[in-house]
Amino acid sequence: MSKQVLLIEDEPNIIEAISFILSRDGWTVKTHSNGADAVDIVRERQPDVLILDVMLPGKSGYDILRELRGDPANSDLPVLMLTARGQSKDREIAERAGCDAFMTKPFSNADVLETVRTLASK
Amino acid sequence: MAGIKQSELAQRADISPSYLNLIEHNRRRIGGKLLVDIAHALDVEPTSLTEGAETALLTNLREAATNTDLPEAELARVEEFAGRFPGWAALLAEYQRRVETLQQSVEALTDRLTHDPHLAASLHEMLSTVTAIRSASSILAEPGDIEPEWQRRFNRNIYEDSARLAETSRSLVRYLEEAESEAPTNSAPQDEMDRVFQKLGFHIPQLENPHASVDAVLGELSDGLSHAAQWLLLRALDRYREDALRMPLDLCARVVAKSGSDPLALADAAHADVASAMRRLAQLPTGILKQPVGLAICDGSGVTTFRKPLPEFPLPRLGAGCALWPLYKALARPMMIHAERVEQSTRASAHHLVIAIAQPSEAPKLGRDTLFESHMLIVPEAKHETSEPVMQVGLSCRICPQSECKARREPSILVAR
Repeated sequence: MSKQVLLIEDEPNIIEAISFILSRDGWTVKTHSNGADAVDIVRERQPDVLILDVMLPGKSGYDILRELRGDPANSDLPVLMLTARGQSKDREIAERAGCDAFMTKPFSNADVLETVRTLASK
Repeated sequence: MAGIKQSELAQRADISPSYLNLIEHNRRRIGGKLLVDIAHALDVEPTSLTEGAETALLTNLREAATNTDLPEAELARVEEFAGRFPGWAALLAEYQRRVETLQQSVEALTDRLTHDPHLAASLHEMLSTVTAIRSASSILAEPGDIEPEWQRRFNRNIYEDSARLAETSRSLVRYLEEAESEAPTNSAPQDEMDRVFQKLGFHIPQLENPHASVDAVLGELSDGLSHAAQWLLLRALDRYREDALRMPLDLCARVVAKSGSDPLALADAAHADVASAMRRLAQLPTGILKQPVGLAICDGSGVTTFRKPLPEFPLPRLGAGCALWPLYKALARPMMIHAERVEQSTRASAHHLVIAIAQPSEAPKLGRDTLFESHMLIVPEAKHETSEPVMQVGLSCRICPQSECKARREPSILVAR
């Protein structure tokens, strides 16, 4: 069975593009667009890699990540964070919250693919 | 000065070189015949040697020297510089003022990029759209076959996103242009309001009429002001009108003729509070008071919200003043009237009586915290020998020569480190 990526992002056309490139690479891609119930969705889906946007409706990506890290079942889940703000302090917040990789928009498809592969093989 | 050795000048003025040294360093006062003698020996106007109305100028010059490595010997000659080259000194002081204003604009701008929610949201939106376009277009550009259905879909997405990007960028430009035209003067709102009051001489005849309309006066005065400055000005005008209604000019004239610049006497006669009597004294037209009085108002955070400086008692344009001022002391003991005879250490030549009180800035409410604001009236006093204590205060630490001061919050450029 192919490995599963969960993409939590609220921009439909970004969802479509990332889903396409990851599916083409052989991943099963599930998507979700709301921050408020994102933690529940992660618990339910149990993905191999999580791609998490910072600016989400309902709850910020940082808060979602902190909650996941506090949960023993998800403390080791590989997480790639996406943000439209590349300031060093955002990267710091993300790292302190416990992300494994951090990417600023606009990113390239190739980078996303490569990072997801690396995270999954860890 | 004038290429004359100190010893030679002392000889010509008939005093000892060490006494002249003390005078030069402002440790001895100079006046009368001696001043004229020295001025004559130097071939300059006597007024150029005195610490007269140049206080504000000297303050600005010292500020200008603050962040430089100007040797102390040069700093000590600031008065000589202002005296000998009044035109150049005024130019330098003006440049210093403009640098400060520009610094404030830069700070406001930096602040805006980090904290302006509209700007942040627009940029976020643009970056998201660009990301979507980049992802979709690179899928299409990559070698290899893509099913026609996906091709159509990504083409449509790119088309939609580019339209969105165009709209977002247009509205961002519109927003930036509007923000630009909003504050044509490029200075802090408080500064803009200060300038209005300075220009009026702190007296507004239109508001002395009991039927005057604040809105009409605001309309007259607010031409070219930013929205924030208009907001500040409206508050100040409302207050002015209230004070004028409670303390009409003829009443003020009668009280002042009898009691001088005494806010308590005016408050008593008008059944007003002391703080509004202080404001009223500072608003009176020339002619009623023998000498104009100064006024500083600060809120509970110590930030100056209104300033009327005097030539010999300047008030800093940026930040707070000297922590020893009764203005701040009053905040610790509200409703008590503090009065001190003070001497600003940078200007040892002038005495002022300062009277301060902190009062609630709104009517107290049951079970609610009350906000306080502090008023300090500054009354110039004729210099006379007195056995009463005179309190040494500063203007702001950076240009205060007082070496031992508990209230110091940053080092002075005038004291050797």
